[in-house]
Amino acid sequence: MTWDVALILGIDGLANGAVYLLAGLGLVLIFSVTRVVFVPFGDVVAFSALSLAAFEAGRAPATIGLVLTLAALAVLAEAWSLWRRGEARRIPRALVGWGLLPALPCLAAWAIAGRAVPGALQVVIAIALVVPIAPLVARIALQPIADASVLVLLIVSLALHFLLSGLGLLFFGPEGSRTGPLASGSLTLPGGFPVSAQVLLMMASAIVLSALFFLLFERTVAGKALRATAVNRIGARLVGIRPTRTALLAYALASLLAGLIGVLVAPVTTMYYDSGFLIGLKAFVAAIIGGLVSYPLTAIGALAVGGVESFASFWSGALKDVIVFSLLIPVLMLRSFLAAHAEEEVEEIDP
Amino acid sequence: MNRLIRRAALAATALALSAGAPAADLKVGLSISLSGPNSSIGIPYQKGMLAAQAYKGEVNGRKIHLVVLDDGSDPTTSGRNARKLVEEEKVDVLMGASGVPATIAIAQVGKETRTPMIGLSPILLDPAENGWTVTVAQPTQLMVDAVVDRMKRSGVKTVGYIGFTDAWGDLVYSALTKAAEPAGIKVVSNERYARSDASVTGQVLKIVALHPDAVMTGGSGTPGALPYLALTERGFKGGVYGQHGLINPDFIRVAGAAGNGSLMPTGPVIVAEQLPNDYPTKKVALEFRSAFQKVNNAPTTDAFSAYSFDAWLVFADAAARAMAATKAEPGTAEFRLALRDAIMSTKEVVGAHGVYNFKPGSLYGVDNRARVIVKLDNAQWKLAP
Repeated sequence: MTWDVALILGIDGLANGAVYLLAGLGLVLIFSVTRVVFVPFGDVVAFSALSLAAFEAGRAPATIGLVLTLAALAVLAEAWSLWRRGEARRIPRALVGWGLLPALPCLAAWAIAGRAVPGALQVVIAIALVVPIAPLVARIALQPIADASVLVLLIVSLALHFLLSGLGLLFFGPEGSRTGPLASGSLTLPGGFPVSAQVLLMMASAIVLSALFFLLFERTVAGKALRATAVNRIGARLVGIRPTRTALLAYALASLLAGLIGVLVAPVTTMYYDSGFLIGLKAFVAAIIGGLVSYPLTAIGALAVGGVESFASFWSGALKDVIVFSLLIPVLMLRSFLAAHAEEEVEEIDP
Repeated sequence: MNRLIRRAALAATALALSAGAPAADLKVGLSISLSGPNSSIGIPYQKGMLAAQAYKGEVNGRKIHLVVLDDGSDPTTSGRNARKLVEEEKVDVLMGASGVPATIAIAQVGKETRTPMIGLSPILLDPAENGWTVTVAQPTQLMVDAVVDRMKRSGVKTVGYIGFTDAWGDLVYSALTKAAEPAGIKVVSNERYARSDASVTGQVLKIVALHPDAVMTGGSGTPGALPYLALTERGFKGGVYGQHGLINPDFIRVAGAAGNGSLMPTGPVIVAEQLPNDYPTKKVALEFRSAFQKVNNAPTTDAFSAYSFDAWLVFADAAARAMAATKAEPGTAEFRLALRDAIMSTKEVVGAHGVYNFKPGSLYGVDNRARVIVKLDNAQWKLAP
């Protein structure tokens, strides 16, 4: 291996790492607030990439139908639970919040499909289109069992992944797509080594979004509420934070991250209806390195996963994924060796 | 009551007609994937078969019936389908399927029930033990030989290989090493990637660092486009060679400009219009195109539908000779035996993909006339003689 090759692999690894970093942030955010390992995260990534590809091909993305169906189910679930609690007068509000709000990006998507609009608008609408997916799915399947054990939540979220990826196959077909580059051109490093603008964009997005996340958690009330819920759910309730509200916010933020990842990776990798799963799985390795709670450690873990993956593909292409997932073993051993064993599942709160 | 009687009478007439009509029509049984992940191959197979039925619907005045069953992309189901076709439908010949395992499953039933089988996909079976089976597909070696010939002509001395981690990647690699050695070409790498991989940068860097004169890829469909994109990104200047698994509109869509100039082998039907007028398969290939257009109201964009068309032509030719050879009626065991012998002595039957000559002891029946090298030029396949 020469320095040139190492440099190319290193940059490739950083670009991969940037994607895993964003996905890892989303996974940690959802887990810390709701205790759900949100497996369908990757499917949302794939949906946003494939929606953008559909826009570029001049078609209306099938995601519209998916979001509207989910919204209808969520309205029904919400109306039913309100009616049972004898709060039927709040149903119109639920209709607006769960039915009308998710329909807005669908309307926009339907309006621009097949028309010559600037690429940036397509990107924005492709992201907006997938933002409702995670909150809606969570409202339908996860909120009613919000206080179940972590294992039950994991199994339900795994089932949701299979459901969503099945729907992805139905809507988008088995073949993959690529989208046009978001940024063209390249930057030449000292030493005459080119780095494509797309890769720079991916890294810049990761840095900017991480900074925004930091500001959100440190400076805003909503962010502090998220942190408070993550630290102690009962305590958060006692000071007037509503867990369902913070969970909704966490899902929406994660969905937004997934949408961004989708449009960032679509120009550099061929996306299939099920490609998101592997991105989610590798981000999960990064999140495990961060113990599913620490954002900075997750970021370091994500960069490590990206780098290992990139160099592993050079040494042994066939064993690449084996090497990446083997990272988990020493990490878990080290963590269990270092961690003081706390009691699990001590919190019990009623809905 | 009256209506009931009338209906019963109608049913009885229909029954009498179907029983009374000479049960001597020919019957083709096709088991194919019309649903599931393999349906993108199975559906063109069925369309091609329908085109063939419209093109040549009878032999010596006897109609050819077609019975199609869906295997749902499951090889176990295709074995069951084949049994159903033989036992319930009494078909004279079995055809299928949309994948190697499913084709093998049907061939086993054909052997057991003594029913001739014409495969549409390549099969890996011992011909000595499978006397009832032939296939119209080109063997991988024949295709890869054409590629290696082309490399030799272009002065290639070293070639890097990158392919799938699965059986297809192995098959292409072994065909490449087998053909390259006598041609004096050295295979310098055997890099692999999974169909689901997002990037092959590492593998491609390793190949580029070895400075081979050319690269051969062993992938198929859209995942097969990955090495093309990575090689272009790394500025690889040598020739890039593919194989027939990549002849597919989705590959062109995903590879985009990166696929430009790459060379691959395929059946001549893909570039039928560009073939010289004296090319043996040109006439049939063009007739296939127009029959397909008429029946399905869409042009052909794939190589698969033509295999069904050719299987049908091989069957029709053999059936005519079988009828001359035996007094037995279609639908009987004697007729199937005569049909098997007729298929096994097929001589110079011209199809859309190639000219077929089957003989006992070999599953394949095509020769050099069933392959051409094409070049991808601005999203179009161009004949590159």
